[in-house]
Amino acid sequence: MELEVRRVRQAFLSGRSRPLRFRLQQLEALRRMVQEREKDILTAIAADLCKSEFNVYSQEVITVLGEIDFMLENLPEWVTAKPVKKNVLTMLDEAYIQPQPLGVVLIIGAWNYPFVLTIQPLIGAIAAGNAVIIKPSELSENTAKILAKLLPQYLDQDLYIVINGGVEETTELLKQRFDHIFYTGNTAVGKIVMEAAAKHLTPVTLELGGKSPCYIDKDCDLDIVCRRITWGKYMNCGQTCIAPDYILCEASLQNQIVWKIKETVKEFYGENIKESPDYERIINLRHFKRILSLLEGQKIAFGGETDEATRYIAPTVLTDVDPKTKVMQEEIFGPILPIVPVKNVDEAINFINEREKPLALYVFSHNHKLIKRMIDETSSGGVTGNDVIMHFTLNSFPFGGVGSSGMGAYHGKHSFDTFSHQRPCLLKSLKREGANKLRYPPNSQSKVDWGKFFLLKRFNKEKLGLLLLTFLGIVAAVLVKVKYY
Amino acid sequence: MDPLGDTLRRLREAFHAGRTRPAEFRAAQLQGLGRFLQENKQLLHDALAQDLHKSAFESEVSEVAISQGEVTLALRNLRAWMKDERVPKNLATQLDSAFIRKEPFGLVLIIAPWNYPLNLTLVPLVGALAAALSLHCPAGNCVVLKPSEISKNVEKILAEVLPQYVDQSCFAVVLGGPQETGQLLEHRFDYIFFTGSPRVGKIVMTAAAKHLTPVTLELGGKNPCYVDDNCDPQTVANRVAWFRYFNAGQTCVAPDYVLCSPEMQERLLPALQSTITRFYGDDPQSSPNLGRIINQKQFQRLRALLGCGRVAIGGQSDESDRYIAPTVLVDVQEMEPVMQEEIFGPILPIVNVQSLDEAIEFINRREKPLALYAFSNSSQVVKRVLTQTSSGGFCGNDGFMHMTLASLPFGGVGASGMGRYHGKFSFDTFSHHRACLLRSPGMEKLNALRYPPQSPRRLRMLLVAMEAQGCSCTLL
Repeated sequence: MELEVRRVRQAFLSGRSRPLRFRLQQLEALRRMVQEREKDILTAIAADLCKSEFNVYSQEVITVLGEIDFMLENLPEWVTAKPVKKNVLTMLDEAYIQPQPLGVVLIIGAWNYPFVLTIQPLIGAIAAGNAVIIKPSELSENTAKILAKLLPQYLDQDLYIVINGGVEETTELLKQRFDHIFYTGNTAVGKIVMEAAAKHLTPVTLELGGKSPCYIDKDCDLDIVCRRITWGKYMNCGQTCIAPDYILCEASLQNQIVWKIKETVKEFYGENIKESPDYERIINLRHFKRILSLLEGQKIAFGGETDEATRYIAPTVLTDVDPKTKVMQEEIFGPILPIVPVKNVDEAINFINEREKPLALYVFSHNHKLIKRMIDETSSGGVTGNDVIMHFTLNSFPFGGVGSSGMGAYHGKHSFDTFSHQRPCLLKSLKREGANKLRYPPNSQSKVDWGKFFLLKRFNKEKLGLLLLTFLGIVAAVLVKVKYY
Repeated sequence: MDPLGDTLRRLREAFHAGRTRPAEFRAAQLQGLGRFLQENKQLLHDALAQDLHKSAFESEVSEVAISQGEVTLALRNLRAWMKDERVPKNLATQLDSAFIRKEPFGLVLIIAPWNYPLNLTLVPLVGALAAALSLHCPAGNCVVLKPSEISKNVEKILAEVLPQYVDQSCFAVVLGGPQETGQLLEHRFDYIFFTGSPRVGKIVMTAAAKHLTPVTLELGGKNPCYVDDNCDPQTVANRVAWFRYFNAGQTCVAPDYVLCSPEMQERLLPALQSTITRFYGDDPQSSPNLGRIINQKQFQRLRALLGCGRVAIGGQSDESDRYIAPTVLVDVQEMEPVMQEEIFGPILPIVNVQSLDEAIEFINRREKPLALYAFSNSSQVVKRVLTQTSSGGFCGNDGFMHMTLASLPFGGVGASGMGRYHGKFSFDTFSHHRACLLRSPGMEKLNALRYPPQSPRRLRMLLVAMEAQGCSCTLL
C-alpha cells in the first residue's frame, strides 16, 4: 500500500498532471471511456443494484458526462490567476490568487451510486491537477472491478490508480499521507476518516448522510406532491443519501398521502412491483436485514412485502410513527417511508431542529412564506422546495452537508476549488525603497499616524485619487526621511 | 459541577432562541468590537508592551489597526456578503428560484495564540460574529473565545474588558492552559478556528473529528526566503530584516531562513548589519523598537539555537530581559536544530545554495510553508520560484505584505494549515453555504419524463435533450 501511494506521489512530483493540456486530455479520455465502455459500466452497476439501463444512464452516466463537459469548457478559465482588489500600499504591485494542485488525493467511493459518486469527485481532482488514488466501495463489487479494469486503460496509469479492498485495506490506506481525502459514506466512518486525516493534517471533504425530513403543508397540491416524493423516495430502492427519509405533516393529511403514494407506486412500478425493471434491490443481506428490523412494531399502511432471496423490499409507508422508535433513530436508506404526524409547522420546525442537521431538507407548500420560514429557521446541507432531490442536479450549487451530514462541498467549480489550493500572491518590485522608510524603525508617533492612515485608507476607484495617495505616500516618506536621517 | 458545560449550554440555547432577534442586534456586536478597540487603545498598547515589549508602532500597525480595519470592512460589506447568492440555472431549473443561503454554523470555538494576541483573536472573532448576520436568520454564530494564557496581560483585557462590549448571550471567554483547553475540546462545537503550532493543530483536528466539527487551522512552518544574485543587497536586507525582527521574530509568516549563493551572502551580511544598526541602534537591547521573547521557555529554546552554525551578526542574549539580539547565522547545516524547527525568534540563518534549481529543490523537499519569499530584480526568477513551489501565500520582493490585503485569503496548505480567512474569506469560513432550490408546483408534465415506467423511447428522448443544450443537466 505504501509503495503504491509513493509511486503515485512520485508521478505527481514529476509535474505531469499540472499542465492544462494534460488535464483536458485526461478528462477527454475519461469521457471516451464512459462512451465506449458504456455497456460494461451499465452491466456492472445493474449487477450490483438490479438497476435498469435507463436508471443507470439517467442517474449516473448523464451526471458524469455533464460534469466532464462542464470542466472541459470552463477549466481553461479556472486555472488562470485571479487579480484582486488592492490597497494603497500595494497599488503598484501585482496581487492575485493562483489556484494550484494539492498533490495526491484519496477518493473513497460509496456503493449506492457507485459510478457517479466515485467518478464525479475524480473529475474534480483531475481538473485541479492532482494525482488520485481511488478506493471504490467493496459493497458494489462489480463496479469496483470494472473501474479497476477500465480506468488504467484510458487514464495515466501512474497518476490515477484504483485500489480495491475492504475495511482492512481501507484502514491501511488511511494510515498513508494524502493532500486531501474525499469520502462519501456514513457518519461513523466519516469520523474514522477525519481522525486518520488529522494525524497528517490532511484536509477532508466528507459527504455523509442523515435523516432528510420532508414537511408537507396543508396548502399544497397533494397529487403532485406525492408523485414527486414517491419518485425521490423509492428511486434506487431508497438507497439515496438525499432521499426524503420521513414525512412530517398534520395528522389529517396522513390518509390522503398514503392513498396517493400507493396509487403513484402502482403507476410507476405496476401491479407486480417485483417484475418492474425500474425497481431496484437492496445492496446486500446485511442492509436487507437492517431495514427489515425497522418495520418491527410499526403500522404498515401499505407495502411491507419482502423477499430475502432477491433482497426485495416493497415500497412501504408507515403511519402514526412514534419518533422514539428505531425507524426514526437511524438513516433508513431503504424503501420505507414513515409519516410522523405533527400539529403544525411550528412543531415540525422544532422536531427538525431537535435532531442532527440533515443532508437535505424538503418542504411542500403553495405558501411561499411558509417555505421561507422553514428555510430560515432550520439548517441542512441543501434544500429543495416543492420537489425532492433536484438541488443535486444543478452544479452551480455547492453540494455537501453540515454538522453530522458532512463538511465541504463539490460539483462543478466547487469540485475544482475543493481540490485546489487557492494561493494568494503579491509581487512587488525592488524599486521605490524610499517609500518603505515609513515603516522601518526607529519609529515615532507621526510614523504611527501615517502607518494607520495607509493601512486603513480605503482604495478609491478614481485614478486621480490613487495618484494623489501615492504622491502623498512618497511625500510622507521623504518628509520622514528628511526628519530622521 | 461543570461550569464549562453550563456556559456552552447557555450559548447553544441562546443560538436557538436567537432565531427571532432583529438583525441590528448582530451588527451592534461588531460595532461593540470597534468601540472596544477605540476606547481601550492605551490599555491594549500597555498590555502588548508588557507581554511582548511591543512598540507603539508595532501595536498600532500589526494589532489595533488591522483589527479595526477588519471590523470596518465587515460592517461596510455585511449586507452584500450575507445576501442570498443567486446561481446560474440549467434547462431543468430555468423557472425555479436557485440561490445559496449563508447560514451560521452555531457554536464556534476560537483558540488564539500569544504572538499577536489581539489581532489573532479579534480578526477571527469579527468573521464569526459577522457570519450570516442575515436578515433571514438573525442569529449569527455564538462564540467561545479561548485566548492564549501565555500573553497574560492581553488575556486579562480580553477576559474582563471585551465582554463589556459584546452581548453575553452570544459570546463567552474561557481561560486556561493546555489542560483546560483539552477539556474544552471534548465538548461539541459547530466550528473550531485554531491558530497555533502544527503539533497542537493535530490535537485540535483529532478532537474535532469525534464530533465531525469542521476546522480552520492556521499553523506554521519554516518560511523560506530565496535571495537571487541579481538584486540590490541593501534593499533586500532592509526588507528581510524588518519582517524577520518584527515582534522579535515571533511571527508565523516571518521569513524563517535565507537561501542564497555564497557570493550573495558576502554582499548581504554587511547590508544586514547596516540595516540592523539603523533600525535598532548600536545597542539593540536599549531600542524601544525591538520586542522581547514571550516567556522563559521560548527564550531558552531560542538561546539554544544560537549555537547552530556560526554567529555572523548579533548572538547576544539576556535571560533577565528575555532579550535576544537581532542575529544572523551562517555556515548552517540542514540537519541542525535551527533548520529543523520553526524558529519563531529574531534569528536568521543563511543557507547556501549554488543555483535557483537547488533552492527550489531544497524548498520542495520540505513541508509546505505558510509563506514563501523570493527576491530578485528578474520577474522571471520570482515567477519561477512561485510556480515551482507551493505554500500558503507568496510574496515577491517583500515580506508578509500580502497579509495586509484583505482581498487575499490568508491560510496555509499541507502542514502549514487548512482553511483561510481575512475580509470576506472570514465571513465565508464561518458560514455554511446552503444550496436552496425552490421549484414551482407546476410544470409537472415536464417532470413526468423522469418517472417510471421507463422505456427505450424515453432514453432516446433524454439523450436528444442532453445533446440539445450541451450543459450539465440531469434527471429531466
